[in-house]
Amino acid sequence: MTAAEASSPAPSGAGTGQPLVVLDHVNKWFGDLHVLQDINLTIRRGEVVVVIGPSGSGKSTLCRAINRLETIQQGSITLDGQPLPDEGKQLAKLRAEVGMVFQSFNLFAHKTILENVTLGPIKVRKQKKEDADRRAMELLERVGISEQSHKYPAQLSGGQQQRVAIARALAMEPKVMLFDEPTSALDPEMIKEVLDVMVDLAERGMTMVVVTHEMGFARTAANRVIFMADGKIVEENTPEEFFTNPQSDRAKDFLGKILKH
Amino acid sequence: MEDITSNFDLVLKAFWLTLQLLVLSGIASLILGTVLAAMRVGPISVLRKAGAAYVTIVRNTPLLIVFVFVFIAAAKLGWFVGTPFVIKGVAALTIYTSAFVCEAVRSGVNSVSLGQAEASRAIGLTFSQSMQFVVLPQSFRAVVPPLASVLIALAKNTSVAAAFGLMEATARMRYFTNNNADDRLWIFLVFAVGYIIIVELMSVGAMSLERRWKVAR
Repeated sequence: MTAAEASSPAPSGAGTGQPLVVLDHVNKWFGDLHVLQDINLTIRRGEVVVVIGPSGSGKSTLCRAINRLETIQQGSITLDGQPLPDEGKQLAKLRAEVGMVFQSFNLFAHKTILENVTLGPIKVRKQKKEDADRRAMELLERVGISEQSHKYPAQLSGGQQQRVAIARALAMEPKVMLFDEPTSALDPEMIKEVLDVMVDLAERGMTMVVVTHEMGFARTAANRVIFMADGKIVEENTPEEFFTNPQSDRAKDFLGKILKH
Repeated sequence: MEDITSNFDLVLKAFWLTLQLLVLSGIASLILGTVLAAMRVGPISVLRKAGAAYVTIVRNTPLLIVFVFVFIAAAKLGWFVGTPFVIKGVAALTIYTSAFVCEAVRSGVNSVSLGQAEASRAIGLTFSQSMQFVVLPQSFRAVVPPLASVLIALAKNTSVAAAFGLMEATARMRYFTNNNADDRLWIFLVFAVGYIIIVELMSVGAMSLERRWKVAR
């Protein structure tokens, strides 16, 4: 196992659990564009990693590669010691272990809020409908949407939809949660309600990979910040160190742009 | 006019056969066409190519030639030997129509945003589960209008079977017009009205389905 070699030295305060997601010399191209360039990254159990960077830096692709919504051309990604399978049942099984929250929510438009949350547990985990319903209501309670469970996604606000999407992912009891810019499509006042749910999740010890520009969240909840630019991991550090004392010019430039407003 | 009125049971029997051809090949085409569409949007490259090849070959072949193949040429390959004519007719209509159903369903699938399929894969649904529970149900509404056109075309295409020994509505019309040269216009109108009723029922059905699914969303 090359996990230990592949991991960068963990900054102080980062998760100290076993490696859960390991990316080893990962490369990906979109045509001529080299979107992921030799990425090595180890995410430990219980760790919250924020991925930050300018658009087109490959951060979303990195996030999506972890549950193989994007395929990679070189290198390997392992989850809990298992390499990601190719297409088919094995891959579906692995994806059930990885929760994913999208920028555009992607709730199933033709199903009620409750059905959105129970579809995976019933069809993939083969749970009884009553059990799945009960568990789903608990999760909806936790994200503060339980009164809306009979409504359709289009009847909810963006912030509410995103919280349902988090509950939907949690219903599968995933080992790790991936967040691909979960608040980028939201109005400012709705961002907080989603971030509150995410902070709560982090405090409960969920392993999380979060692509976001929310500094507040990174400072409150993250163990580690990864700064990506042009398909490479340019810098990684604790949130405090990264935001107050960035090392690379690229990171200084980027932070200068997003903080001066 | 007397011939057709006193033998109206023959007219009804002929339309009954037309309806049988329509319903049986309609159902078979919907099933085969949906399977083909799933092949064309699926992750397996061989199936994608096979689906595309089927559509290209069949959609570019005149229906009459498909009938000639099933009723005459296929026997050389040992297919459809001794099969009842009705089943042969249904087979020819199904082979032809399913290519169009496939493309209508595929356009519906493409109308569902990619995020829906990604989200369903992300919670661990397999490709077929994702199609069954998430993508196809949402594509139905978008599929109804083009599918209605395909099935209406099928209703009229059943008349090609008249040339292959099946006494459906068009064949029966020819039988009456041959025997009653003076009443041709009336006979023609009777059968035209029959087709119009069938097609009109189908479009009303399609419209009400469209309306119902609009509310359900």
